Amino acid sequence: MKLTDLFRAGRFVITSEVAPPKGTEVGEMIENAERLKPCVDAINLTDQQSSVMRLGSLAASQMLKARGIEPVFQMTCRDRNRIALQSDLLSAWALGIENVLCLTGDHVTLGDFPDAKAVFDLDSVSLLASAKRLNGGFDMGDSELSGRPDFCLGAVVTPGADPLELQLIKMEKKIAAGATFFQTQAVFDAESFGRFMERARPLGVPVMAGIILLKSPGMARFMNKNVAGVHVPDALIDEMAGAEDRPAKSVEIAARLARDVRELCQGVHIMPLGWEKRVPEVLGAAGL
Amino acid sequence: MLVTERKPIDEIAGFLAGERSVFLLGCDGCAAASGTGGEPEIRELKEELEARGIEVVDWKVIDFLCQKALIRTGLRPYRETLERADSVVVSTCGIGIQATATVLDLPVHPACNTISLGGVRGEWQGEERCLECGQCFLEFTAGICPLTACAKGLVNGPCGGAKDGRCEVEPEVRRCAWEVIYERLERQGRLDLLRRAPLQIKDQARMRPPTAIRGTRTWAVDMRTTEDATS
Repeated sequence: MKLTDLFRAGRFVITSEVAPPKGTEVGEMIENAERLKPCVDAINLTDQQSSVMRLGSLAASQMLKARGIEPVFQMTCRDRNRIALQSDLLSAWALGIENVLCLTGDHVTLGDFPDAKAVFDLDSVSLLASAKRLNGGFDMGDSELSGRPDFCLGAVVTPGADPLELQLIKMEKKIAAGATFFQTQAVFDAESFGRFMERARPLGVPVMAGIILLKSPGMARFMNKNVAGVHVPDALIDEMAGAEDRPAKSVEIAARLARDVRELCQGVHIMPLGWEKRVPEVLGAAGL
Repeated sequence: MLVTERKPIDEIAGFLAGERSVFLLGCDGCAAASGTGGEPEIRELKEELEARGIEVVDWKVIDFLCQKALIRTGLRPYRETLERADSVVVSTCGIGIQATATVLDLPVHPACNTISLGGVRGEWQGEERCLECGQCFLEFTAGICPLTACAKGLVNGPCGGAKDGRCEVEPEVRRCAWEVIYERLERQGRLDLLRRAPLQIKDQARMRPPTAIRGTRTWAVDMRTTEDATS
């Protein structure tokens, strides 16, 4: 099932994500995915996020697919050259994976192998272009494929980026290269997200607002200091700090954000960061 | 020594679409030795451009375009002439093109590719760095090299990693190259260039030294110098 089919049917699409383990014990990942399954349309499998070496997102995507859970296979350009990227795309299609999220990827210096070669032979835009080319039956070198994929290709965008214009230009390039939906960096302020959507809406590609479950005021301050394009307003930090029951407050805030963006965009992407079991509550409280 | 090759005239003329007049800048250092940036080559480039209906307001060959002080002094008598030019076409290595773009803050077009010599000679004790990629990208990046200025060497725009304009890899020493590119283009009223720039895909093969260059004089001269120094 392709996410684009859901958008086309006018559905407000809901995705979430799980992270493959560092090691071969996949039980917890599967458990988290099963927990999310009843309330989401698809689940992203992160590709060694923050450049920390883990089990691969392709294998993990296939494991979910085998359990009847729709995967969104995340691919970054950090670890593979264009030969490996194209090859993994063909492998993914052969394994029944239909949705691919194309990203540039964090630099290796952020992860647990800072001494590794950072590849970046392609980037998010050229990866999208090469995947679209494969959809058309040819590889990047114009060789014809015997059997072609038909991926639904997605990309990411940061609504809170500054300068926003530069971000929008990149977004346009991703669309021209083949992106048919966007998942965004975490949104904490529906009003500024609305201003972003005024610029993004005319581009005509569905946007899913990213929503992170805020666990504590410390986490919010950490993100404000360290995470690109993310800004948690002080009012939200204070609200979190004043809460007696933090998990309940976390759910309340995430649900409120999901409700507030409901009319602004075409879906939400919930990033639970370990609180997978609270996602159903969030969506329930948001009326989704 | 940085070895350069002239880009095809069609490519250079393509950069100048919509412009009427240009100023040509050559370099009497490595570029002259490479046969790309000396006086004869600049005269030839002038004729080629004029044959395509592009006015060349004037031209100048400066000793070392990698030296920003020499660019400043060398171009001082041309200040008024430069005001009549839509842009400057620079026929030299990636460092000289970037240095010119930094000094003039005018649209600068690269007329050369800097050929890989296998590594270290593109180093320069300044902010302008050339990777000798053999496929100069400076045309689309306001004269700021995305291969050396961006930690990931991204050629199609920024990643999502910059925080407050600082690079995610080395925030203490690096600004996000693409934000710097954006700012320069915005200042020059040329932001549309980012939208117009074609999809860029790096040609990694050109980043290795071409076998052909190993038989040339420039390569040999450099080898000879090394031998002399050790004998």
